[in-house]
Amino acid sequence: MTDVNDEQLDALLSAAASGVDYDGLVAEHDVDGYRFETPDGTHEELTEAEFGELADRNPWFVSNWYYWRARDRPDTEVAFLRYLEGADDRPVTDRYETMADDGIVASWGQLRIDIALGEDGHRVYTVRNETEADTAIESLTVHTDPLEARELVKHDDRGRYRPLKTAPTLPTGWAFVDLDGRALAETVEYVYPATIANWHLERRGELDVDHWRETMERQSGIYSVIKTWDRGEGHEHVNWVAEACCADSQCLKRREWEYEDGTPLEVDGGDGEFPCREPCSLVVTAARQWTKLEGEETKRYEFELTPSEKEQIEAIVDAVADGEAESIREADIYEGANRYRARFLRAKRFDEEGRLCGVPTDDGS
Amino acid sequence: MQALVIVAHGSHLNPDASTPTYDHADTIREAGVFDEVRTAFWKEEPSFREVLRTVESEEVYVVPLFISEGYFTEEVIPRELRLEGWDLEQWDSDGTSATHATLEAADVDKTIHYCGPVGTHDAMSDVIVRRAETVTGDSEAGEGFALAVVGHGTERNENSAKAVHLHADRIAETGRFDEVKALFMDEDPEIDDVTDFFETTDIVVVPLFIADGYHTQEDIPEDMGLTDDYRTGWETPAEVDGHRIWYAGAVGTEGLTADVVIERAADAGADVGDAIETVRHRTRSDANASAGD
Ligand code: SF4
Repeated sequence: MTDVNDEQLDALLSAAASGVDYDGLVAEHDVDGYRFETPDGTHEELTEAEFGELADRNPWFVSNWYYWRARDRPDTEVAFLRYLEGADDRPVTDRYETMADDGIVASWGQLRIDIALGEDGHRVYTVRNETEADTAIESLTVHTDPLEARELVKHDDRGRYRPLKTAPTLPTGWAFVDLDGRALAETVEYVYPATIANWHLERRGELDVDHWRETMERQSGIYSVIKTWDRGEGHEHVNWVAEACCADSQCLKRREWEYEDGTPLEVDGGDGEFPCREPCSLVVTAARQWTKLEGEETKRYEFELTPSEKEQIEAIVDAVADGEAESIREADIYEGANRYRARFLRAKRFDEEGRLCGVPTDDGS
Repeated sequence: MQALVIVAHGSHLNPDASTPTYDHADTIREAGVFDEVRTAFWKEEPSFREVLRTVESEEVYVVPLFISEGYFTEEVIPRELRLEGWDLEQWDSDGTSATHATLEAADVDKTIHYCGPVGTHDAMSDVIVRRAETVTGDSEAGEGFALAVVGHGTERNENSAKAVHLHADRIAETGRFDEVKALFMDEDPEIDDVTDFFETTDIVVVPLFIADGYHTQEDIPEDMGLTDDYRTGWETPAEVDGHRIWYAGAVGTEGLTADVVIERAADAGADVGDAIETVRHRTRSDANASAGD
């Protein structure tokens, strides 16, 4: 333990006049002198010098108060940073011991956040992809400017553009180091925009959720067609959309929007820390295409397939839907979605116009 | 505290669509006159819906990084930002003259100064000229050059053509270039026949677009005959029918666009100190540095 820093002691002395009661530290000043209290004991009628000695012996309590209170931080940032270190549940000494030791480990989406004790009781944050929790920082590309996160998270590890920031495809190979609280919040803002703000609103019971119906009613231009998809005969189609796009395997936000107020979807919203308050632009754009496609009537087609061929088609759809088509090994001809297997099926069952079993599509128009 | 929020289209498909927006935000951030500088997108995150709640300042200047007044600036952005009581009349515009309107947003306790798009601000003419300087590598470019300002055309919105004419006319009035014309992708005079419209051998072509993408990197170069296949690229300048075409790509990628964003906010009452000067100067040295590469 180091001595308390002068600036922090001065700040506490002046704050004592109006009373401090924060995370177990109580500091007061009245006509009888100062009062200094921690969970370890209460000391009253103190002179300024005695108060200073006690502060010196309890630098963690003083710096903890100083870190959260004496600095000009927006409420949202305080709530978020305190949440990360479990400040509402863990006593000051417990947190400080852990920070001074291995650090407190927190997570936000796919981010792993390490909180270490910096100088004078400040925090130093490190951020990286959670899958690299055990990778030495030295072997990662190190950044200190939060703005650099924007480019970093643009593509996944396969080099594909990530149009949805909360897709669970956060790339690896980098770390942000030496961040203070503000820089950490900024970095998270670039990786997962608006998640802190919405999480905080939700914690205060103020999250403004816009359900599917309201969101689609609001659309205009080329998206106004989507409202015609809701025909008041149930909302199975919206269950399908949520299952397709919003499952945790596709998006880390916890879907809080439903079909409409009082009509929940039957699909699970996920377990993410941060909420999704309305269908996002990706879902709206996809919904427009589905609205068009779903306007078609079904037709009866007749195909001759072997049982294995039917199962193979199912396996191909599964592999594409689960994003696994690429990882099926070249020679794994036991997998229906293996490339050779798919090519064989096409060679055998498609005619020269690419029609399954030579059956015309006949869209009825 | 005052914040600047740049709102732009963005893309689900093109990773570069957001790049100019980020670049201009960074330039303005460095100028240090706004307590916060944020970006928001129609197709990316943070969305228009959720950007205001990420801002701390009570005074927020929202500048659309769009070329013209129309569907996005008049309908989509105000709706998505939840600007209460928004009415197009507040802009009192003839289609290119919107400056700003002051409103409240329904989901946050802030004053929102909703500005006209960058594309119709007078200062955008300077960006077009700067773009011509950048592409020719000549800070005096003008004499001996023709300039074509290229727009989409009327398609969904007649104001888009108006903005192109606005700048072509303003630049023509300065007499800096031998000839100046407004050309379009989908209406006459068409970009396909670019060389028919000019006497001057050297023609600088500047598309009035915010970001490079399909139109500026595929359509226009092929339509003008700079290349048969955009994937193989083209020369700058490229020889076409006895003319030399200096194709500049989207004007919105020019660093000086940041200046127009600041001017929009300043016109709406933001305290921008000497940022306009600083940015004009700094983006010029950047332009010269890259031209020398
Ligand atoms: S609508 Fe679905 S996919 Fe989009 S952000 Fe919300 S949960 Fe994720």
